[in-house]
Amino acid sequence: MADLQSQDYIRRSATNLTPPSVRHHELEVAKLIDVSRCIGCKACQSACMEWNNLRPEMEEFHGAYENPHDLNPGTWTLMRFAEYEDEQGNLEWLIRKDGCMHCEDPGCLKACPAPGAIVQYANGIVDFISENCIGCGYCVKGCPFDVPRISPTDHKSYKCTLCSDRVGVGLEPACVKTCPTGAIMFGSKDDMKDWAGERIAELKERGFANAGLYDPKDVGGTHVMYVLHHADKPSLYSGLPDKPHISALVGAWKGFLKPVALAGLAFAAIGAFVHSVVAGPNETTEEDEAAARRELSGKGKDAP
Amino acid sequence: MSYPKGTIVRNATVTRLNHWFTGLCFVLLTLSGLALFHPVFFWLSTLFGSGQWMRAVHPWLGVCLVVSFAGLFVQFWRDNLWNRDDTAWAKKLDKVLDNREEEVPPVGRFNAGQKVVFWGMVLIIPVLFVTGLLIWEVYFGDATSIETQRVAVLVHSMAAIGAILIWIAHVYAALWVKGSMRAMLHGWVTPGWAYRHHRKWFKSLAASGSPGPTPDSTAKFREH
Repeated sequence: MADLQSQDYIRRSATNLTPPSVRHHELEVAKLIDVSRCIGCKACQSACMEWNNLRPEMEEFHGAYENPHDLNPGTWTLMRFAEYEDEQGNLEWLIRKDGCMHCEDPGCLKACPAPGAIVQYANGIVDFISENCIGCGYCVKGCPFDVPRISPTDHKSYKCTLCSDRVGVGLEPACVKTCPTGAIMFGSKDDMKDWAGERIAELKERGFANAGLYDPKDVGGTHVMYVLHHADKPSLYSGLPDKPHISALVGAWKGFLKPVALAGLAFAAIGAFVHSVVAGPNETTEEDEAAARRELSGKGKDAP
Repeated sequence: MSYPKGTIVRNATVTRLNHWFTGLCFVLLTLSGLALFHPVFFWLSTLFGSGQWMRAVHPWLGVCLVVSFAGLFVQFWRDNLWNRDDTAWAKKLDKVLDNREEEVPPVGRFNAGQKVVFWGMVLIIPVLFVTGLLIWEVYFGDATSIETQRVAVLVHSMAAIGAILIWIAHVYAALWVKGSMRAMLHGWVTPGWAYRHHRKWFKSLAASGSPGPTPDSTAKFREH
């Protein structure tokens, strides 16, 4: 499967021209993960494997509920479990479904050097088009959330597709469909924000004063959002970045350096050409040869 | 290898082969590196079969280049040590660029421009090698933190641009100063060429009766 003949791109990696985008009248979608409702059953993880036909390798026990212990090419979503003791001394079990956040300004896409290997559709979904992927790992460096994983077998990068194949035909993502507590919801981004607002008000009433929505601005917002009871400290949730942003190093590499480098190379090449036209070649003259001969014979040496 | 009668050996056969192998690696690395660096050059990946092939081959070419360049370093470092003649030569760069070489102080086997090319590459190639290892996804993708790799990939790109700029100067100088290309392709120069561009080198060969490339080169080359 290539890219379902998409004509609704809003971004396409390593592409200077406007990609096919006429079918742009599309709702921006979002997945809302209400961490406060999650019971850690991992049904979403199973549903993801089931729908996408993924069977990651069985791992060893790492002393925690996570299994496998990290995202990998065959594990596109992962339940992460953190034990947190709050100010009142209560133990809180903070369970977060980790995976691609589908950033509005995707660092992976910005870093990708292969045209069309990473695309973003008008509905906001960021998708990897594997046939264009060259396996360089630049997306890993671009991602503020440490999500893409390169397969050591086929050297392609993999991550959650937000079930773009399902969403494309009007279905919700597999994880959403399976969640038994309604902790994962899917719809238009506006609806999800409204829904989150109601839920956050409820949580605040229940004493979670810092409850809030995780929709980080520095990446333009995300199409996967969390309702957090401790939105003031996202890092409590197994290292969810407090202020995710595309690294300034990646920004310099993909922004400033590209035009400057090209201009520098062009300047050098044109400079050389102009010098050739203006100054001409530097040729050895007959006088040089004569002087060299005199030098050799004057010293009484044989010509070398 | 025999050389035409009455000529001076500028580069021995081993040196020339070593040089051109290094050059081949460098050109292929530049083509694939530019394709990985900027979308306007991505079409160059076709030269390597596909983007995947290019991504796989690029680091190995880098390894070949480092090994090959080490050979050049061993052969060239001594004659590239900076001395007072080079400073004097560099001060007359305007005359050099204007082809008025008779007004430029004489230099040894290499001039200041060539030495800058040499030491520039000596400096940049190890940087490219080390940062390249850090971003060699297949083998070292998990060896360092992502932040380290971000630094490495930025430094790698900047260093590569620096190396390509030096390379442009190197190639242009070889085309500009007639006889240089033959010196690296076939190994020899005329006495007049040596006298004009590298007079101190020429005189040291004349004084020792050496056929080149160095005053202590063995006499077997003299048979030509």
